[in-house]
Amino acid sequence: MIVALTIMVYVLAVILIIAALFAVKQKDLLLAVIGTSAISVVLSIFFYILQAPDVALTEAAIGVALSTIIFVITIKKTERYEE
Amino acid sequence: MIFYISGILLILIGMYAVLTKKNIIKIIIGLSIVDSGINLLLIAIGYVNDGTAPIFSNETLKAVDMVDPVPQALVLTAIVIGLGVTAVALALVIRLYDHHKTLNINKIRKLKW
Amino acid sequence: MRKVLAVFLLGIMGFYLFSSFSEIPFGENRATVGDYYLENTVLQTGSVNTITSIVVSYRGFDTLGEVTVLFLASTGLAAILFDNKGRKRRRQHASLIVRVGAHLIYPLIILLGAYVFIHGHLTPGGGFQGGAIIATGVLLMFMSYRSFEVSHKWLTYLESFAGISFVTIGLSGLIWGESFLQNILPLGVPNELFSAGVIPIIYIAVGIKVGAELTGLLDNLLKTIK
Repeated sequence: MIVALTIMVYVLAVILIIAALFAVKQKDLLLAVIGTSAISVVLSIFFYILQAPDVALTEAAIGVALSTIIFVITIKKTERYEE
Repeated sequence: MIFYISGILLILIGMYAVLTKKNIIKIIIGLSIVDSGINLLLIAIGYVNDGTAPIFSNETLKAVDMVDPVPQALVLTAIVIGLGVTAVALALVIRLYDHHKTLNINKIRKLKW
Repeated sequence: MRKVLAVFLLGIMGFYLFSSFSEIPFGENRATVGDYYLENTVLQTGSVNTITSIVVSYRGFDTLGEVTVLFLASTGLAAILFDNKGRKRRRQHASLIVRVGAHLIYPLIILLGAYVFIHGHLTPGGGFQGGAIIATGVLLMFMSYRSFEVSHKWLTYLESFAGISFVTIGLSGLIWGESFLQNILPLGVPNELFSAGVIPIIYIAVGIKVGAELTGLLDNLLKTIK
């Protein structure tokens, strides 16, 4: 891999871990769900770098859009804050 | 190697949420993070250095240079099944909230550990 | 106390995961089964996308099971959320910009989804991705228009038709060929739209089925109990 791509992968990995910790630690469930959505975006780029365009397309359509909206609908029908 | 490390860290962070959190939606978020981590690990195992995607879109591409297609086919179906599992779990959460008016598993009787 | 226990357990788990993955070299030779698929896919199935040929042809029976699992998830969600008080979706206004933008972009999203699953054997993509893209397009309309409804009768018809055609193609392979889901149509020239025999037909059926199932799932979730 070329140098610029390697640096980008490291930066994206840090973003991935920060987003995962944010999704777990955040008390506001709506923001936590946005954290999982960010995980899916970074994973989609990772799958593309790892030469798996089919999986990247699936992750982008399902992980970013559909999974997030299902969580948001559930939070809207229940409670927003974790005590 | 960074892909292995980030996949394993995602699995550990998700398992931490599943083991310690008391909010049901937080537990399901943890399960979906574990799911993502396992998918990343499987795809990273199938990667070959300087490989191309396993699509023969012109004659110059050779089968020797391509990455392993089997984990990709596996993960493709795993993501879709994961969405179905998450949707059914969240529907159960909506029903549980209607009955008990809380999401805390300690306050719902018979779900303590 | 519980957090300490959890961190201790995760430490053990992480140690074994790291030590076992350090044995697997990153980016080295792949497994032999992948070699077999890559060398034979164009000759045996006519599909240039190896993942499509694995999902639909070599492991087609698994895909049938997977589509069944998705159908069961959609039906189970409808059964869990069912009550006989007559549910309606909560009506909310969206802003003018969202409505006009959604109206412009909705047919294009449906078109993109159809393109993705029709060209599943040539380019990245396929039935699952195309169905998910179509479901996101319908979701955009659900969020922006108050009066947008999908007919559950037609969704059921579409889904049943797609499922029956998948099974029928599989059984016709058993009748005129040797095994379930065997390719009975001519393979054609690789890298052309009309090639690869039954693979595009099956993937179109899978795309319609997944799109209808995910749309029904979203519609059932969006209805509120009031």
